[in-house]
Amino acid sequence: MMRLLRNNVKNMFLKNCFLVRNTNVKCWRTDRFHNYNMWNTVENNGIRGFSSSSFEEIKKMNMFTAINSAMHNVFESNPNSVLLGEDVAFGGVFRCSLDLLKKYGNMRVFNTPLCEQGIIGFAIGLAENGFTTIAEIQFGDYIFPAFDQIVNDVAKYRYRSGSSFDVGKLTIRSTWGAVGHGGLYHSQSPEAFFAHAAGIKIIVPSDAYKAKGLLLSAINDPNPCLFFEPKILYRSSVCDVPTGPYQLELGKADVVRQGSDVTIVTWGSLVHKMKNAAEILSKKHNIECEVIDLQSIIPWDIETVQKSVEKTGRLLITHEAQLTNGFGAEIAAKIQERCFYNLHTPIKRVCGYDTPFPHVYEPFYMPDAHKVIYEVKKMMK
Amino acid sequence: MRNIVQKYLQRNSTKLFNRTSVFNLYKKCNFSGYKIYSDGLVHSEFSTELKTVNEVIKMPIYRILDTNGHLLDGHEAPFKDEEVLKIYKDMVEFSIWDEIFYGIQRQGRISFYIVNEGEEGLQFGMGKALSVDDHLYCQYRETGVLLSRGFTYTDILNQLFGTKYDEGKGRQMCICYTKKDLNIHTITTPLGSQLSHAAGCGYALKLKNQKAVAVTYCGDGSSSEGDFYAALNFASVRQSQTMFVCKNNLYAISTSIKDQYRGDGIAPRALALGIESIRVDGNDLFASYLATKKLRDICIQESKPVFIEFMSYRYGHHSTSDDSSLYRPKEENEAWRQEGVHPISRIFLYLKNKNLYSEKEDQEHRKSVKENVLKELKKYESVKRYNIVGGLFEDVYHEEDWNIKEQRENFEQFFKENKHNYDTSKFER
Repeated sequence: MMRLLRNNVKNMFLKNCFLVRNTNVKCWRTDRFHNYNMWNTVENNGIRGFSSSSFEEIKKMNMFTAINSAMHNVFESNPNSVLLGEDVAFGGVFRCSLDLLKKYGNMRVFNTPLCEQGIIGFAIGLAENGFTTIAEIQFGDYIFPAFDQIVNDVAKYRYRSGSSFDVGKLTIRSTWGAVGHGGLYHSQSPEAFFAHAAGIKIIVPSDAYKAKGLLLSAINDPNPCLFFEPKILYRSSVCDVPTGPYQLELGKADVVRQGSDVTIVTWGSLVHKMKNAAEILSKKHNIECEVIDLQSIIPWDIETVQKSVEKTGRLLITHEAQLTNGFGAEIAAKIQERCFYNLHTPIKRVCGYDTPFPHVYEPFYMPDAHKVIYEVKKMMK
Repeated sequence: MRNIVQKYLQRNSTKLFNRTSVFNLYKKCNFSGYKIYSDGLVHSEFSTELKTVNEVIKMPIYRILDTNGHLLDGHEAPFKDEEVLKIYKDMVEFSIWDEIFYGIQRQGRISFYIVNEGEEGLQFGMGKALSVDDHLYCQYRETGVLLSRGFTYTDILNQLFGTKYDEGKGRQMCICYTKKDLNIHTITTPLGSQLSHAAGCGYALKLKNQKAVAVTYCGDGSSSEGDFYAALNFASVRQSQTMFVCKNNLYAISTSIKDQYRGDGIAPRALALGIESIRVDGNDLFASYLATKKLRDICIQESKPVFIEFMSYRYGHHSTSDDSSLYRPKEENEAWRQEGVHPISRIFLYLKNKNLYSEKEDQEHRKSVKENVLKELKKYESVKRYNIVGGLFEDVYHEEDWNIKEQRENFEQFFKENKHNYDTSKFER
């Protein structure tokens, strides 16, 4: 019954993918602030990072095609790369693994039985024995059956063996975050659960360009990485992406908007929303916000955040995950330690409420531009 | 295919039994390329008899050496006489070390220990059949296998005392051995997770076309973990070169098999998942060796997983933290300790029957081993541990990140002024 139910929900979800996009377009058309564009391409020159090859060709890609492109780059150049997970063979339920099976065969791209603890355990065995392994967990909400394998094994593998063995060649990809109607089990943002497991890196990209560069860095990193993909952005985030491989540095945040009054730190799909909030605050309230895309949860870029808060004197952190024990708490405590004398006002966190993620109440649950604008105005008093 | 049929039937439900609709169904969907009802089954005959299934395939316990030390049914020993004697002496030597390790824990000289008593037969039998190229993913009670493959008492002592020569740098509890050169993957405490690792490793060996197997172990208790099902099912579907071994010693700490399962032991589960399986007398050194060798050959030649269930008994307490008299009767232990039932005494009877060894020689050997063990213990007890800062902070990641660096530097600064508040005598500086 559980399996049948989940499959049905997945199929319904897939069918509705385009509906999500249409809904957003509709919102855009009716939005009062018609001067800004929901689909702005992220300016490439604002990205901090480096490339491992020249940009021989650039194409318009959305996030799922960028991730697909990243994996094709890896499989093409590395004969010891493997992708496994539920439904990855036909292209995956979000189409991220499109054409990989066709091109590289069933030994390297394969469906697994439906069992998350098995996926990660099996992937550990492969990664530990020389294979660059990409393990896919279909939804971040279903990563918890593998929690023991990730926390007790993946994270501790190198340490417990004195570096004799490691699973640095393992990258776990999973979908992440709200999507409009995912309810309790297709909307979660579990990054904080894993932030407490010393030994793994955690990454959440906010657009297609970053997704490809960060994923390639994660796959090449000599540490196991958890790569969370904001599923709301799979089709809606469109920008110019090089077709060849390039890497964006892990552990580095990106200042996506300069400002002098308030620092807003966020990641994933909220980055775009916060840029919009910042524009509104600037135009209507004369408040200049600096917006930082954290990108990397573990290790996180404390230098960039610290430098920003030293300038602005105020910090607001926002994330979709619940407030209590969300990763914002870690940022707040650390910045309070380091920037105590610069802070004009208490650090504010605008996050998901401490409830399970609701279906019909999603618009009221989510930290959005309105809530952030509301709180930033209070911070300025 | 099933979905197509269902979808079609739903659309035309009012005409379900109409001849026209059946014809249209046939016309619309060409069935010729599909085996309806038979995909996913080994047997797919139909039956009009409403009958449930409640019996399992018979899986006998493979044994060739009986409890009187005699070979059965015309079998010959798989080893030459001198080799049998050597293995016997190794088993005895190991059982003495094992007993003394237990003792020093009781004395507080090491923090924890798990004895192997009663499993010497299957451990040394398996160890003899495995190659150094095989990858071992152990649970915790397989030390005889490690010793058969090149692990030494020096390695054991360094781990138990957490010395600076321990490959694991003293970070794990006693008995969590690791040795990369011998493909002995780090033993760890969470039960069952290593089974999936071995399934993935076995698949890696397949991809590399390597003539080797990933060997992994669980007890009857850890076979109840979800990872057990995951690992076997994944290995079966991907046809990994993995040898799964369950040592059914009838107890998981205080929990007997009566509270662990209702099926016919563990091996039928592997069979149900499509894995070729065997059940073996774990107290029979010869049977253990022969079964392991055969299944290893099958695993490599056919590039697929295999499963062995060894029947045995946990003679000792579960660990130094356990007193088994609290939950099992003394008579049960005595029954298994009968001469010839216990794996070591069975080989002794075999040797004695063939006039290859005597009680007197055995006693001399035991005395000599014990003296050597006690001498070695003192030596290793005084070896320093790894340095404190490195032991604490190294190897969390491939390289140190800012967060660990900040914490390490803070600790170093703190420790400089506060070292006198701690006992650092056992650690390198």
